[in-house]
Amino acid sequence: MAMSDVLALTVPALLAGVGLYGALTGTDVFSALTAGALDGLKTVVRIFPALVALLAAVSMLRASGALDALTRLCAPVLAWLGIPPETAILMVVRPVSGSGALAAASDIIGTYGPDSRIGRTAAVMLGSTETTFYVLAVYFGACGVRSSRWAIPAAIAADLTGFLVAAALVRWIWGT
Amino acid sequence: MALTWVWVGMVCIALIFGAATGQSAAVGASAAQGVQQAVTFCLTVGGMICLWSGVMEVMRRSGIAAGLSKLLQPVLRRLFPRASRDAQTLDALSMNVSANLLGLGNAATPAGVRAAQAMAREIRGDAASDELCLLVVLNTASIQLLPVTIAAVREAAGAAVPFDILPAVWVTSLCSVTVGLLTGKGLARIWR
Repeated sequence: MAMSDVLALTVPALLAGVGLYGALTGTDVFSALTAGALDGLKTVVRIFPALVALLAAVSMLRASGALDALTRLCAPVLAWLGIPPETAILMVVRPVSGSGALAAASDIIGTYGPDSRIGRTAAVMLGSTETTFYVLAVYFGACGVRSSRWAIPAAIAADLTGFLVAAALVRWIWGT
Repeated sequence: MALTWVWVGMVCIALIFGAATGQSAAVGASAAQGVQQAVTFCLTVGGMICLWSGVMEVMRRSGIAAGLSKLLQPVLRRLFPRASRDAQTLDALSMNVSANLLGLGNAATPAGVRAAQAMAREIRGDAASDELCLLVVLNTASIQLLPVTIAAVREAAGAAVPFDILPAVWVTSLCSVTVGLLTGKGLARIWR
């Protein structure tokens, strides 16, 4: 069985496995499912206003030719690093805004296709990084620490590694 | 405020670039397309987000999350020797990491903040301790086992196997977390 066949089982296997485990341990699976789904709906409602604003701005950027200009500007460096230059906007937005990154990634995936090298790289980048500066602000803000010492450089190093490795792995697994 | 300037900047750049390249009409029309995309996004991807949130809630209520959190404690004791001397801090830490792994963002942040505050009480002065920095870096690098949102985006865009990026996501996360921790270990020596 090929790897992709195994991965195609992710959704049904998880639904069945988690559901069965829950039922066998005496959890009210259905009410947990619906309660969680309500939470999910709240998440969707919460990010919708930001997505409206950000997707409008990203599509305007794409239509104006500014995204192509950014791509061309970053192309020499990014191509040398093996990163598709079309993902530049995602890498700029990712550490700052979660919904902005979601807007940028879904714009890239919609434009170039989910199974293209560019679309896959964008997906892996989004899935393997976090909204770094937001997390830094929440944590250090909550515990009132003035100096974050090495946290910011280490977090940025982790993000840059994520972008590089995402591009390299997609090229290695699915070819160019 | 940061987002204010990001957004205003994007729109202004679009206006200037559109005028310069003679694409002003297309820029105007694309704003409408963008908001339409946002609506379709919430309708198509929203369903999957709800379903997965439901599955995550089943994991939490049936004790899968708590079990994972127990499994993680030996590893966390080695990473955070000082903080894990306190049982409550260790609990908050392991809840934070297990909730992150399962994608339970709503549970991860409060637990993580509780652990961070407990660690902050231990430090003198106002500079973060090495363990506190480590906790924050661990949270800025995603360690999610099932990146369901992006899988839902790929699904909605017509991907053949939306989850076929899983191994790539895991290896990438692992590399970035490792580099984050090693960079921290290296910098901790010189950055007193």
